[in-house]
Amino acid sequence: MEATIEVSDLRKRFGSTAALDGMTFTVTPGRITGFVGPNGAGKSTTMRVILGLDSADEGTALIGGLRYQALRNPLSHVGSLLDAGALQPSRSARGHLLWLAHSQGLSARRVDEVVEYAGLGTAARRKAGGFSLGMRQRLGIAAALLGDPPVLIMDEPFNGMDPEGIVWMRGLLRSLAAEGRAVLVSSHLMSELQDTAQHLVVVGRGRVIADTSVADLIAAASGDRVTLRTTARAQAMTVLARAGAVVAATGSETLTVSGIDSQRVASLLGRADVPFSEIGAHRATLEEAYMELTRDAVEFQSGGTR
Amino acid sequence: MTATTTATPYRSAQPVARDGFLRQLHGEWTKFRTVRGWVAGMLTACLVTVAVGLLGAAGNSISCAGPHGSSCHHTALTGPGGEEVRDGMTLVHRPLTGDGSITVRVTSLAGLYPPDGRVPADGDPTAGMVPGVQPWAKAGVIVKDGTKQGSAYAAVALTGSHGVRMQYDYTHDAAGTPGAVSASSPRWLRLTRAGDTLTGYDSADGTHWHTIGTAHLAGLPATVQAGLFSSSPEYLVTSKSLSGSSSNGGPSRATAVFDSVDLRGAAGARWTSDVIGGGGPADPGAAGLGYRQQGGTYTVTGSGDIAPVVPGRGSPAKTVESSLIGAFAGLVVVTVVATMFVTAEYRRGLIRTTLTASPRRGRVLAAKAVVIGAVSFATGLVAAAIAVPLVAAVEKGKGFPMHRTPFATDVRVVLGTAALFAVTAVLALALGTVLRRSAGAVTAVVVAIVLPYILAVAAVLPAGPSRWLTRLTPAAAFAVQQSVHQYAQVAAGYTPADGYFPLSPWAGLAVLCGYAAAVVAAAAVLLRRRDA
Repeated sequence: MEATIEVSDLRKRFGSTAALDGMTFTVTPGRITGFVGPNGAGKSTTMRVILGLDSADEGTALIGGLRYQALRNPLSHVGSLLDAGALQPSRSARGHLLWLAHSQGLSARRVDEVVEYAGLGTAARRKAGGFSLGMRQRLGIAAALLGDPPVLIMDEPFNGMDPEGIVWMRGLLRSLAAEGRAVLVSSHLMSELQDTAQHLVVVGRGRVIADTSVADLIAAASGDRVTLRTTARAQAMTVLARAGAVVAATGSETLTVSGIDSQRVASLLGRADVPFSEIGAHRATLEEAYMELTRDAVEFQSGGTR
Repeated sequence: MTATTTATPYRSAQPVARDGFLRQLHGEWTKFRTVRGWVAGMLTACLVTVAVGLLGAAGNSISCAGPHGSSCHHTALTGPGGEEVRDGMTLVHRPLTGDGSITVRVTSLAGLYPPDGRVPADGDPTAGMVPGVQPWAKAGVIVKDGTKQGSAYAAVALTGSHGVRMQYDYTHDAAGTPGAVSASSPRWLRLTRAGDTLTGYDSADGTHWHTIGTAHLAGLPATVQAGLFSSSPEYLVTSKSLSGSSSNGGPSRATAVFDSVDLRGAAGARWTSDVIGGGGPADPGAAGLGYRQQGGTYTVTGSGDIAPVVPGRGSPAKTVESSLIGAFAGLVVVTVVATMFVTAEYRRGLIRTTLTASPRRGRVLAAKAVVIGAVSFATGLVAAAIAVPLVAAVEKGKGFPMHRTPFATDVRVVLGTAALFAVTAVLALALGTVLRRSAGAVTAVVVAIVLPYILAVAAVLPAGPSRWLTRLTPAAAFAVQQSVHQYAQVAAGYTPADGYFPLSPWAGLAVLCGYAAAVVAAAAVLLRRRDA
């Protein structure tokens, strides 16, 4: 089976709201695809449709060319983590993994392997109801990896994890992708995917806004701006503005200049005897790029009502 | 950096197992057994069933004194078919070897009974009795395998108010000519033996005979007792109060006048009279029973009944189902666990995990139903198999007489209770799937199954509505626990409160199965159609 996820033109309405409005993208093996967008953008709904839990009004979601319902022993094809809290509180973590394993014809030994792999250790014998959210995420990862699937789908896996857990999760996702698996990871916070995802599918209002590599996205957002560090901020602003540049103060000692390149900035300041300590091409953060992209797509502005 | 599209796709190292229903069953079974509360719940259902049965037995007491100070010690008497029977009559008989026939004319059937159900402790056993013949008093001709109680027989008899009947081996009854008799309109009765086949006839004139029916009494010996008999069942007064019901019963008597007695075949010469089922010649209650012969006229006075025993509210005898009175309580616990087996998944969103592991939703429902059905069947089986002998032992220890039933009936009651648990669990599971909420589903199942049962069996409602409830609602399935048999030829209160359900055991269970099938079908449709 080809380890790809092909989502094409998914549409789904909940009443008068279009949850999915022509959602289309492809997840390819060997890399982590970040699935980002504000809350309510349709990320979870898309994932549920891919997993055959929700039905779309139109469009298809195929895994290796097949609908999820057509997969036999699906956990050996697709591992998923939708909601880490979806556990029977009185069942032990091991019991949870065991019934999943048995439903797929997998052995108890495989359960012990993933318990070890996800770092659950002796906690596996405890009731899942007493787990912290971070521990539940680890249990969810163990469940997703049970069938050793070539495709992984994770909805907000960083939620509730402590910094140590986030570092672990990033490393884990990277190594899973490096093994040649297709990994789709959603988040509503771009910062979580920085340095993790290689490819991004940015969504808003049920459709794809950008489907691009991380490098391209940053380059596009950076534009040809120059960052300048100077102790004489006011003086520098006057000199540069007179030369036709658009200048914005971004800190007590930093300015962002656009309209002229860095060489010209240096020569203008040198001629005017304005001291500066640092000058260089501006590099946008992923967060900035994302904010710019989704500005129009955010459905619930802070303080806004539906 | 650009994305690499040349990465080698991952190949799973896990062997891909065959996909099948057994795997889903295995998964659901593991799911059930890994929640300690559910396993404990089923054990509780078992304990509750036994405990409520024991409480019921412990709360009952019996103090019993028979007429004339004799104890009412119950000696179970069984007929040729293994059922518990009564066999009491005055029998005037001669031995008959080989084939033959006996013909009589009945000119009168009268009786005496105690209207308040009480009999004097000593003295004249008929003191306080008033004239009146019991509806199922019987007098006529009989061929019987000896005078031992419970032996095989066939008889053609005139009854108090059910016309002429042919009856044999206690449980079989066929109607002949209806109507009462008098000296001016007598009735002729005839019974013939040809091998194992006995044929009954009646006639208004002794010339034109009407065949009532035939009986095949396999193993009837060559020599039998043939003759005249008279019997009259106990007169029973049942009074109901808030705390329950009590009944007073007293023996009644029937006196029949026969003439034109014609016994053909190789018969003995002398008539002998026996009071079958009496306390012997020393029993003061037997005073006045027997026969008088004046020329060709025989007057036979008898007491007692020749019939199967039908336990009810009025009788102190304990039945198999009375040991299982706690089943309804166990059923409530099973209902809760069975509902939780699916609603707990909806509550936590675990149903999504289940459906990603097994996308074929109909199979998920089927696997869940098989697992919860099997677990509940085992629970019901163990509960019933413990409760029946244990509660019976307690009842026996307290001096209650035990109603004897054939072993096969006991087995059916125990297995039926297990099936009742299993099907109820499946119904609860399916309703839980439809409603996705525990409280609503549990309430609905309890209201549909347990409530009608209690209303009907605890005699909260009158007999009419009770019969309808136990016919139309899923509570009809409790009929599977009925060990007692209803006989048209035995007068008794055949209401659910007496232990008599309007439907047969398996038909009652089928009603519940019908409800369960309908809800399972609805659950399957909704589970497939709804977003998880």
